[in-house]
Amino acid sequence: MSDTPRTTYLPEGLPIPVPENDGLSAPYWAGLQQDRLLVQRCPRCTTWQFGPEWLCHHCHSFDIEWTEVEPRGRIFSWERVWSPSHDALRRHGPYLAVLIELPHAGHVRMVGNLLGDPLQTVTIGADVEGVFEHHRDSTPSYSLLHWQTTG
Amino acid sequence: MTARAPGERTLRGRVAVIGIGETEYYRHGASPDPEFKLALKAILAACDDAGLDPRDIDGFSSYSDDRSEAGRLAAALGTRRLSTAVMQWGGGGGGCCAAVANAAASIVAGLADCVVVFRSLAQGQYGRFGQAGGIGTISGERAYLMPYGVLAPPQRFAMRVRRYMHEHGVRQEAMQAIALASYHHAQSNPRAVMFGKPLDPEKYNASRWIAEPFHLFDCCMENDGAAAIILVPEERAGDFRNKPAYILGAATGAGYRSGAMPHNSPQYASASFEMLAPALYRMAGISPADVNVVQSYENFTGGVVMALVEHGFFKPEEANGFLTLDNLIAPSGKLPLNTSGGNLAECYMHGFELVIEAVRQIRGQSVNQVKRNDVAMVIGGPMVTPASNLLLGSGATL
Repeated sequence: MSDTPRTTYLPEGLPIPVPENDGLSAPYWAGLQQDRLLVQRCPRCTTWQFGPEWLCHHCHSFDIEWTEVEPRGRIFSWERVWSPSHDALRRHGPYLAVLIELPHAGHVRMVGNLLGDPLQTVTIGADVEGVFEHHRDSTPSYSLLHWQTTG
Repeated sequence: MTARAPGERTLRGRVAVIGIGETEYYRHGASPDPEFKLALKAILAACDDAGLDPRDIDGFSSYSDDRSEAGRLAAALGTRRLSTAVMQWGGGGGGCCAAVANAAASIVAGLADCVVVFRSLAQGQYGRFGQAGGIGTISGERAYLMPYGVLAPPQRFAMRVRRYMHEHGVRQEAMQAIALASYHHAQSNPRAVMFGKPLDPEKYNASRWIAEPFHLFDCCMENDGAAAIILVPEERAGDFRNKPAYILGAATGAGYRSGAMPHNSPQYASASFEMLAPALYRMAGISPADVNVVQSYENFTGGVVMALVEHGFFKPEEANGFLTLDNLIAPSGKLPLNTSGGNLAECYMHGFELVIEAVRQIRGQSVNQVKRNDVAMVIGGPMVTPASNLLLGSGATL
């Protein structure tokens, strides 16, 4: 893991993530604010699950638990975005979004941005580590999880 | 082709499309009419095409949360009796064939006798799919995507296509051929928004990236308009003006945990048809070799590659060789594809223009008519959950 970057990867003004009204994902978003990555795991059948749901999709236990996992994984897919789809991204150059799989957490996948040169060559299968990005001055405050290649 | 067994649960041959109608197709924001009026115009056009009194419609079916609500339509049209009002869950164009299947199922089950299936969409009036504005906070699936700039459909689907290209060695040229075919067909279609605007490989390659691997021309348009078809039981198919197109089969849905979000479906690099395609062929009693012409929903060209593979027209490793302009164009390509110009070049009528074009092919009325035209396939929006597909046939196939 790395230190918190000094600036955010994308400009401010994009939609702010918050838990649903029923609170399903609240532990995940709270975890990011504390530099912790939490993923659901079923204590009964050990199935990993992300995004969260109220029950285990494998054994239907409702006693599914949030488990802290190391924020590392590998690139499963990627895209370089050129055309802005939001006012906050106008005049912002291309940026990289990546889909990361976490082999040590049941191969669940999550989307983030790939830090570094937006024109870098991206390799599917490359190892990455997570970098937490905090938006503490935002209302409400929130944190994101980005990725950067290792080695 | 096989005859159906007595008591078999099927749509095969039991329902006919007897009317098709559409409004003029506009660039987004260019419609002089509001969305609901567009819906009314398309429905009346379909009734006129059939020679049907609009008051005899007794059911409405649509998808993607169409805003032209059935009760209001029935009141506006003076519908004598409203017997069925069906909405297919799911956004995007995944429901364009399911809406037809649901209407047909209502008829086969005896719930309704004359159902209009339609889609009305005025992106000028209600906001473009390609722009995400006015959102303060976000939760659910989009909370895992939008803060990272994965906002609009091109960004939501590019990684799926990139993964597919990686797994199977599919090249950009294969996607390019799909765009070229749509634009080629649109040049003979005066209804097409891109009529008079041809595309060639140089223009495709020079076009800006939207989100790699999608060039501008890999992405559907955004449009205003409405389109409708009318279904009746097979017994009544001969009572109308035009040659009927019969439903041979339909399938809707998706495979195991296909909707696991965000981007967590087990079969990620897929268009969601692995289970639907075999079900479709089984109901219709035909194989891919029997299909004469295909309309395959292009949200993005990469989704068409996957959808055609999953419907058995070629293997993923054969995509680069199969997907050439010559193979994909009417009248006699190996697999004439999107013969009206489709979502890329005719109109993004959320795929319903594809259903209408399939009917035209069966009737022999397409501006890009294929030579063999007894069996026409429609594949709904790929890479979404639920998805859907449809086979139409001439009377000779029954």
